[in-house]
Amino acid sequence: MATITAPSGAPGPPAPASAAHLTAAEVARNKKRNRIRRLPLLPALIFTVVVTQVPFLLTIWYSLQSWNLLHPTTKHFAGLDNYKTIFTDPLFRTALLNTLILTLAPVLLSMLFGLCIALLLDRKVLGRGFLRTLVVSPFLVMPAAAALVWKFTLLDTQFGIVNWVLSPFGVHHVDWINSYPKATIITVLTWQWTPFMVLILLAGLQSQPGDVLEAARVDGANSWQIFRFMTLPHLRQYMELGIVLGSIYLVQAFDAIFMITSGGPGQKTTNIPYYLYEVAFRSFDIGRASAMGVVVVVLTILIATFALRTISGLFSDEGMEGRL
Amino acid sequence: MSGRSASRSRSRYLIGASVAAAAVVLSACGGSSGGGQSTSANQTITVAVVNNPQMSDIQKLTADGFEKSHPNIHVKYVTLDENTLRDQVTKDVAAGGGQFDVVMIGPYEVPTWAQNKWIVDLSSDASKDTAYDVNDLIKPIRDSLSVKGKLYAVPFYGESSFLMYRKDLLQAKGITMPAKPTWDQVAQIAGQLNDPATGMAGICLRGKTGWGENLAPLDTVVNTFGGQWYDMDWNAHLTDPAFKDAVNFYVNLVKTDGEKGAGNFSFNECANAMQQNKAAMWYDATVGASVIDAPGSPIAGKLGYAPAPVKDTANAGWLWSWALSIEGASKHQAAAWTYMSWATSKQYIDYAGSKLGWAAVPPGSRYSTYSNPNYQKAAASFAKPTLDEINSVNVKQPGTKPQPYVGVQYVGIPEFEDLGTRVSQEITSAIAGQQSVDSALNKAQGYAETVGKTYQ
Amino acid sequence: MTAQTLTRRSTASRSKSTSAGPPRRVTPGGLLLTLLTWVIVLAFFFPVFWMALTGFKQESDAATDPPHFFFKPTLDQYNSAISDAGSFVWHSVLITFVSTVLVIVLALPAAYALSIAPVVKWRDSLFFFISTKMLPVAGAIIPIYIIARNLHLLDKPPVLIILYTSLNLPIAVWMLRSFLLEVPVEIIEASRVDGASFLRQLRSVVMPVISPGIAATALICLIFSWNEFFLAVNLTTVNAATVPIYLVSFQTGEGQFWAHLCAGATLACLPVLLAGWIAQDKLVRGLSMGAVK
Repeated sequence: MATITAPSGAPGPPAPASAAHLTAAEVARNKKRNRIRRLPLLPALIFTVVVTQVPFLLTIWYSLQSWNLLHPTTKHFAGLDNYKTIFTDPLFRTALLNTLILTLAPVLLSMLFGLCIALLLDRKVLGRGFLRTLVVSPFLVMPAAAALVWKFTLLDTQFGIVNWVLSPFGVHHVDWINSYPKATIITVLTWQWTPFMVLILLAGLQSQPGDVLEAARVDGANSWQIFRFMTLPHLRQYMELGIVLGSIYLVQAFDAIFMITSGGPGQKTTNIPYYLYEVAFRSFDIGRASAMGVVVVVLTILIATFALRTISGLFSDEGMEGRL
Repeated sequence: MSGRSASRSRSRYLIGASVAAAAVVLSACGGSSGGGQSTSANQTITVAVVNNPQMSDIQKLTADGFEKSHPNIHVKYVTLDENTLRDQVTKDVAAGGGQFDVVMIGPYEVPTWAQNKWIVDLSSDASKDTAYDVNDLIKPIRDSLSVKGKLYAVPFYGESSFLMYRKDLLQAKGITMPAKPTWDQVAQIAGQLNDPATGMAGICLRGKTGWGENLAPLDTVVNTFGGQWYDMDWNAHLTDPAFKDAVNFYVNLVKTDGEKGAGNFSFNECANAMQQNKAAMWYDATVGASVIDAPGSPIAGKLGYAPAPVKDTANAGWLWSWALSIEGASKHQAAAWTYMSWATSKQYIDYAGSKLGWAAVPPGSRYSTYSNPNYQKAAASFAKPTLDEINSVNVKQPGTKPQPYVGVQYVGIPEFEDLGTRVSQEITSAIAGQQSVDSALNKAQGYAETVGKTYQ
Repeated sequence: MTAQTLTRRSTASRSKSTSAGPPRRVTPGGLLLTLLTWVIVLAFFFPVFWMALTGFKQESDAATDPPHFFFKPTLDQYNSAISDAGSFVWHSVLITFVSTVLVIVLALPAAYALSIAPVVKWRDSLFFFISTKMLPVAGAIIPIYIIARNLHLLDKPPVLIILYTSLNLPIAVWMLRSFLLEVPVEIIEASRVDGASFLRQLRSVVMPVISPGIAATALICLIFSWNEFFLAVNLTTVNAATVPIYLVSFQTGEGQFWAHLCAGATLACLPVLLAGWIAQDKLVRGLSMGAVK
């Protein structure tokens, strides 16, 4: 099952206080209380299990079939053949690598830009509220719409405004999308996710205790020192949150790739979601696509366990012991 | 927190919540009233079409031209670009989704789809209807949409490929287009017409990824250069000298004298470039003439037409038709045929001609279009070249060597949808200068061998 | 302590310190930074502005070299986009709204069971929810398609409603839990002692504290459902096709279509843009959920 349990590194719930000393009646009451407490959790839990786990079990079953929808009569059990095909498929490795690049680069770049913009907006700037309103916009824009607007009005070879803006610098009618496909996708994704980072980091900056900063300034710390030794450590958790949430969404990036490059030219921008789409709905190789899905899920679990270990610190558990 | 009251109220809360949830879902189901039953008087048929000019015309004309006279049939169009259309429609028929009633396909899809019973045999419907006059459908096109003598799709329009060029620009430079140009001659003329200073490309050629996009013109070049995808034993030959020469020729022609940003260009983009004075010649579907040489086009009347350029073969044009067929899973087959027999009829062509002008009516589907005086007048410059080109195609052996499949600009096997797209991605990459033609073809050969093995 | 209490306290303390300090003088460096801020922010906003602006052009003004900044504006493109996109917008509204309600209805009790009256394995449960968010949707698209087909749900709103609910549920549980943790334990204890009934407790104690949290969570769910593309493109065509699907038909266009495209794209983004602009503080509070203890 595609579930991830709490990483062992995270502090588990504390053992019930010396269970041995509880009377039988108390144990029974605790059990009953736990049952009651579980009730509100159940609808969401059952819903999630049904909607996310059942399809995955089916994926495993399909992955063992040789099943191509274009040849409906030849469906048969194939054992691990599909997995053999995947592990010898150079395109799958390319797609994995592309996914890595097309996730990490936008996440890190938008974090960097986000940090700069958040720091600039944390000052007393004229029209700060207005500027914040403008800067969140790319995050709210529908990714499919953003992709088309970038593809045509901004990056077009003939009439794109980017070429016009850069023409004084000797840039003439560059075909950005086909000449720099990865950079194009990374740019669009970074543009969309920077506001997200700005918002998170701005919340972090504004939660800095002002009096402590003031005290440090009085003690003679310069701005860089305050940033390096106070602000940055304070922001760490916010940055972790932004990176984890951003990665969760960006690793599944599909809209921009589908709309702008269709995975190309060649396989330059084919990431895992797009490759899966191609195998499933262009070659209709259900068996191979399912096997790929299984491999991807297993890989995700490995990475996610690591990521969850990082964010386990983000689950505030203050006072939870008292409530158990 | 203890006591029965708390637990009871909590479970009541829970029940309340789930009831609310169920109610919302139900109301949501109620909200989607689309579909309807086959027996009801009012039917909605869903029609998936490719986004090209002729199709947007018929969408404009359907309300007055069809729905008014058939008040119980409502037509819903889904318009998609060629690649997405193929993905969506193939997915729907192959997985039995049944979301479309009428789908737009071509000669490539018909044989497999008919064999899998994904589409319906139209022969009896079409021949029963004398007004429809099935024998008026142009024969090579009709044959390409039939399997074992049974018609599975009716052509909305049919096309081959030819060379469109600006007579005025050639004249200004004192160039004459040969009556039957070779590719070398075309390349030379393109070089003379190419003018980076004014942004005028010598020739516009498709570079966009998709087997129906850049591979279509490229494969006709491969055929006439003596190359082929597979020999009679299904051995792939994508790295043979003839194939390589053809691809090198095409890629170099686009790179040196073609349009800027060719990797994004297909039919619509080239049509735009021609109309905006950004390209002097265009090798593409014959239907292109109905777009750029129609009244309202800024370059109408300035165009000349030559047969598809050749090298080692007598002819090199492709054969294609965007045709309508009924999904086997459709619950509205009778209504679907009623619609299709209108959309592909003489009557529709007359109607479109009277409403939108004769030059833009769907070409290449019916002989009667070509004997119609209105059309002969409006399409004087390209009517005959189109019909000649369509009649000259040999779909069984378009190249110099025999091939084990049917198809000019494609390989008529189901796997080609995926294989063609992959190879086409490599070609786009070569056109964009991301890799050499050799490296593109080496990869392409690998993909093709894998597919070929399953047929050996 | 949670993010929100911290935020409140720190803004209080900061305003105190600034008001106590000497009035800041405008330095050339400060002016330069302000200018830089404006330039960067405007550059970031430019594509959105350009999209909306191009929607007011005639096609002949839309694709030009050099681009036209001044032109005679027209509403033609917006009008035709409104008439094209009607059914898509209706599907999007229905699907987004119902799935968001469902998410809140499911997530609120769950978040309650993970915070105020926690189950023993609250940590494992929370991890389970979040782990489902990390699984690639693409990995399960085939069974989802086949199940939807067998249940006759392809191209019907419920299929997207159910899937969007499951996509947003983990984040919603996480967010709502961080808001619920703010409910002061002492008040709950007090109401337990004086025997207030559970429902009254919920209404009088919990709801006031977390209703901004619900609003923030709902906003985030709205944004993601409205903009979702992958599932919509694979599972719907006509009868449940959402706004992003409307945009697919612009992927390649015939003739000149940029102005029309931009008008359509602007309209597609408008509801979420407006909601996000108006409820900015909610957006910030929602996104920085539980980041700080």
